Amino acid sequence: MVQSNFKMSKEATDVPPRGGFSFDLCRRNEMLMQKGMKFPCSFRKTGTTIVGLVFQDGVVLGADTRATEGPIVADKNCEKIHYMAPNIYCCGAGTAADTEAVTDMVSSQLQLHRYHTGRESRVITALSLLKTHLFGYRGYVSAALVLGGVDVTGPHLHTIYPHGSTDTLPFATMGSGSLAAMAVFESKYKEGMTRDEGVQLVCEAICSGIFNDLGSGSNVDVCVITKGHKEYLRNIQQPNPRTYVSSKGFSFVKGQTEVLTTKITPLKEKVEVIEGGDAMEE
Amino acid sequence: MRPDPVCSKTLLLRVGFLRRGESPNISSTEFPAKHHRVVCYYRMNLKMDSIDSSPANQALASHVSGSERTLYPYVTGTSVIGIKYKDGILMAADMGGSYGSTLRYKNVGRIKPIGKHSLLGASGEISDFQEILRYLDELVLNDNMWDDGNSLGPKEVHNYLTRVMYNRRNKFNPLWNSLVLGGVKKGQKYLGMVSMIGVHFEDNHIATGFGNHLARPILRDEWHENISFEDGVKLLEKCMRVLLYRDRSAVNKLQIAKITEAGVFISQPYALKTFWGFSAFENPTKGAEGSW
Repeated sequence: MVQSNFKMSKEATDVPPRGGFSFDLCRRNEMLMQKGMKFPCSFRKTGTTIVGLVFQDGVVLGADTRATEGPIVADKNCEKIHYMAPNIYCCGAGTAADTEAVTDMVSSQLQLHRYHTGRESRVITALSLLKTHLFGYRGYVSAALVLGGVDVTGPHLHTIYPHGSTDTLPFATMGSGSLAAMAVFESKYKEGMTRDEGVQLVCEAICSGIFNDLGSGSNVDVCVITKGHKEYLRNIQQPNPRTYVSSKGFSFVKGQTEVLTTKITPLKEKVEVIEGGDAMEE
Repeated sequence: MRPDPVCSKTLLLRVGFLRRGESPNISSTEFPAKHHRVVCYYRMNLKMDSIDSSPANQALASHVSGSERTLYPYVTGTSVIGIKYKDGILMAADMGGSYGSTLRYKNVGRIKPIGKHSLLGASGEISDFQEILRYLDELVLNDNMWDDGNSLGPKEVHNYLTRVMYNRRNKFNPLWNSLVLGGVKKGQKYLGMVSMIGVHFEDNHIATGFGNHLARPILRDEWHENISFEDGVKLLEKCMRVLLYRDRSAVNKLQIAKITEAGVFISQPYALKTFWGFSAFENPTKGAEGSW
């Protein structure tokens, strides 16, 4: 009954949401190909290590902070842990735009749902919204997510793949560095860890991804979610500092750069007012 | 023959033989027929153990009759891990031989002693491994015939294997293996690796196949100089356990081999203990009936 009252924010009109695949963008893609755009085009990917684990009282999420565009690091310190609800956070790997847009969209849907029901959002609500959206786009929305949060039913951790399948796990890793991080988790995870043990293990797993995977790098972000409380620890570890920093700073003294030519253009124009000029035309 | 430029991840060579207008003196034993445009697709994955298609599918894909070059591996072994420890080298490998996606053979020993001073572990095509063992047999035999009191050490065997692998790769007929060679001679420990295209290097810890991604982070973190035998075995078992959980072609039947100045010792096959009792596994849809 909630479903019929709750309008999905992507539908502007009163058409009920159709199930299955969504082919809305096929005509646009055809048009783009005719205009000369090459598929597959290179997107800015996050080439990432993202992890999550369930500990005694809640969930710890972790991510690295490197965004790559092919072989180049596009952003040295981006944020991969996205806000969904006060008690739910989501890490995203894959195409940066896709993870941002999809988490933003579901976050606002959750907010509307909270206004409607007057209750705290549940993690499985976010899961279902993300899963149905991604399934409808057949994997073309390249977002691989690790969703975690604590709600009335307890702590939950899920992974969502670009095609829309999900898993519920005690510990999860996604992204290009997932194998390196999973190696750490598989060897060191145990049930019922304390908060500090959990954060320590997550940092170790992300560092494993940072140092052993080329698509991940820079710093470690961690987010700890417990019942009624969350801590977003941005850049909790910075294991890749700049090695050589000039202690004196840089000074650019006038005369250091050779001046070749000088041209001065006055900004204030001199306008001559002629008395008794032509009258304005009606 | 016009090879296309290669891309960085996989070596994809498109080789076309245009036979029109060729001189009739060329022997016809080499190529299938004259006036044929024969295009062969050779995909040599640099991560060689990630080849997924079953041999049946590969047979359909290949439309070159009577090719005598190795195009794909058939029966493959998965990762081998080796580390240097206090007294010598420790190596671990499981005993599985997969035929595509079937776990066909479960008693394949993939670590063998070579001469008096070396151990050879191999992942990849099992038949090529057996061929390499025959070459090495001949090598060691010839060395023994000199009867000069000297014997081939691990460095020499490693160099020989590098030459063999590289030469085969140059003829587009590779031995589809990643070899791990470890040994001790006159107190000097040696651990090295040769890949199927001839890339070779020496290091304190080696991993092939899936071990590259799953075991290497653990080894980098936890290996240290002069690690004891017990700790070394524990480290290897930790890596093998992760591989068992996460590599689909792994079997829970492994051998650990040790080589020291005193000699070679290859253990009996045994199984690792695994843990599946996480509460999240017991009831994943708690609080959400009908979900998954």
